[in-house]
Parts: sequence; structure tokens; C-alpha cells
Amino acid sequence: MIATPLPPRVVLYEGRGAVPLAPADRGRLFAALLDRGYAVTLAGANAADATVGGTIVVIGCFGGSPPEVAGADVSVCDISGRSADDVVESVEAARGERRMNRPEAARAPTDRATDTWKPWFPVIDPARCTNCMQCLSFCLFDVYGVSPDNTLRVENPANCKVNCPACSRVCPDVAIMFPKYHAGPIDGGPVSEADVSREKMKVDISALLGGDIYAKLRERSADAKARFSRERSADQALAERRRCLTKLAEAAAIPREVLDALPSPEEIRRRADEAAARAAAARAAAGKPA
Amino acid sequence: MSDSSDASPRILYCRCAYAQVVPADVKDAVLAGLAAAGTSFEAVPDLCEMAARRDPHLAELARAAGGLTIAACWPRAVRGLFALADAPLPEQGVTILNMRTDAADTVLAGLGAPLGKAVSER
Ligand code: SF4
Ligand code: SF4
Repeated sequence: MIATPLPPRVVLYEGRGAVPLAPADRGRLFAALLDRGYAVTLAGANAADATVGGTIVVIGCFGGSPPEVAGADVSVCDISGRSADDVVESVEAARGERRMNRPEAARAPTDRATDTWKPWFPVIDPARCTNCMQCLSFCLFDVYGVSPDNTLRVENPANCKVNCPACSRVCPDVAIMFPKYHAGPIDGGPVSEADVSREKMKVDISALLGGDIYAKLRERSADAKARFSRERSADQALAERRRCLTKLAEAAAIPREVLDALPSPEEIRRRADEAAARAAAARAAAGKPA
Repeated sequence: MSDSSDASPRILYCRCAYAQVVPADVKDAVLAGLAAAGTSFEAVPDLCEMAARRDPHLAELARAAGGLTIAACWPRAVRGLFALADAPLPEQGVTILNMRTDAADTVLAGLGAPLGKAVSER
């Protein structure tokens, strides 16, 4: 799934034995920790509820007498008189060598060596999904799967291609959201009548290329290949593929780099057939027509 | 949190740290308001990231006895994220405030009831 482990959870303890931070300092500290990727809990008299699961760093103004805390996964840090940046550094030190996903790197992914995964993946609206499995058939990257009860499940969110909302366009029931998309209803906003008739959008995509887009992509690549062998022109084959991909990119808002990264036509065919077979099996198991 | 009674809704704030879909001024003002109130609350960098991990903490929040008030984005998306994490939110007792569309004052007013209650019990 996601390559990096969960970072430690931070608990700002302000119960008995700790001096509460000034409100503005508290806000600054929370913002600094959140923007580095740490979850933070403000805990009062008893922090027990806040310490469920994972590694915990308890911070607080303990005036030099930090409390004894039991548990191998809990560490305590006295932050009396320290700045927000300084506290963040202590939390980073408590994390040690363990890697973590980084928001700042995901927002501006210039440093490829830094761990970063922008959480971009389809989210299903269970109130709208009819389990038709069209999205499962469409996706070439195994993002979708089937639950034991034969309903659709987003199985591998991290396999999704960042900023590509293409599968939301194939859902006839407008049930697929990408919460970080820039516009509704794909971002999770209200679904209008017009959006529902967006099934036309799907038809339009098909019409654009005269059928299933992947099939068409395969055909076009095959044509291009044939021409390549006829004309021995790699440039022309590439140009043909580019033309086809550009049309797709415009029709379904698929980022160019996603299309450029598509596997070979043979691999696309293999994956598409495999996904279609899984969808058909799930529909059959749920007693739905193929 | 146990400094508020079991009947108090828990408060969850989402920072949407991996994208800029929530206006920065709104999420900053809401966080400042929560921090100023001084009552217990939980803040997460990104609910989307947590859901993708199927973080068990989401199930624990969804089960919160006194209910849950969430400041994040579209309620449909937030419910979908909890469902994806195998932690579906109950129909009753959950309030989702939308920092993507609403002003900070509106969101803070929505948090006001649970905040006020928790503060009075602190
Ligand atoms: S295409 Fe839409 S309705 Fe069909 S299974 Fe996928 S999300 Fe559900
Ligand atoms: S739930 Fe909404 S506000 Fe939170 S990280 Fe996801 S898109 Fe952003």
C-alpha cells in the first residue's frame, strides 16, 4: 500500500501537571506539526483516549518535571519555553530513522529523493454506487477490487495515477469522487441532474474514438505499428500514438504524463482483459447480468 | 477525550496538507479558533492520506460514543473516505463542516456547540 509507515502521533498534554500554552502559541505549534505530516491531539486531564495505536510523542510544558509514562511506544518531551520550530525538531528526532510521507514534498515535488505521495485516489460514494463494476473494468492499474460481499472496493489507492480523474468519467451513477480534484461533483460536491446525464460524457468519449477507449488505443497503436513496419518510420508511429493520446487527454481530463506512461499495447490488452474478467466474475457472483 | 463527558462530540480537524483544495485562510482561522478555545480536539494532516492507509484511528473516531464533529471538506467525500477505510460513519451523531465552501466563522460556529460543551466541562 503506502510505502512509508505511519509517523508518530503527537499529543499536546495540558492536563494536571502541565502549564497550558498561550492560544496563539498552541495554534502555531499545531500548524507547524500538521504541515510536516504529524497528527496532533490536544489532550486535557487524561490523554488516554488520544493514545490509541501507533507511536506517541507526548509534549507539554512540564516545567522540567515531565511525567513518567509507561509503554515502549510512548516518549515524553518537555517543551517549556521552546518555539514551535524547536518542538517540531524534537518530534522529528523522536521519529528517528523511520521514513514518513511529507506534505510539503507532495505539494511541490521537486525533490524526488524525499518521500512523498500525494493522496490521490478514487473515493466511492456508497449511497450512489450500484456495483456495476464498470470502473473495475476500466482501470488498468488494479486500483479497484471486490469485497468478500461482492461489492466494489478501492483496493489499492496508492496505485492510482496522481491527478488523473479518468475513471470518474466512466461511472454512470456519478459515484466516483476525487476529493482533491478542483471542481464538482468529482471533488465530492453535490450531484445535479445535469451531472447524472453526464453518462453522455461516457458515450461521448466512446463516440470520440468510435468505441471503448482502450480498445481504440490498442487499435491505433496496432495501426501505427503496421505503418511503422510498412514505412519503417518510428517517428510517424510515435506521432500517431501522440495524436490519439492527445484526443483522450482532452476528452477525459487525463494528464498527459499518465497517458505517456501507459504500458505497451500488448500489456494494455492483457490488463484490460484481466480487469474485465474480474468485473464479470464479481457481477456473476452478485447475480447481476454480465 | 475523557476530560469531557462521554456525551460530548469529539472534534476532528483536517488540515488538507497534501493539496490546496481548502483555502488556506479558512483552515488557518479554524485551527486558530480551535486552538484558542483550548478544549480537547484532534487534528490530522490529511484525512485522505489516513483513509488510504486504512488507519485504524478512523474506526475509533467513527465509533465515538458522544458523536463526532468534523471540519474538513464536502460531507459526501468525507463519508466516502471513512467508508473506504472500513470505518463507515454512522448516519446519526456526525456533523461534517465544509471548510472548502464555508467561511471560517461559519465553520467555527458549527464547532461552537461541541466546543462550548467541552469547554464548560473542562
Ligand atoms: S462505475 Fe460507478 S456505480 Fe459502477 S461500480 Fe464503479 S463506482 Fe459503482
Ligand atoms: S478530506 Fe477533504 S479536506 Fe481532508 S485531506 Fe481530503 S480533500 Fe482535503
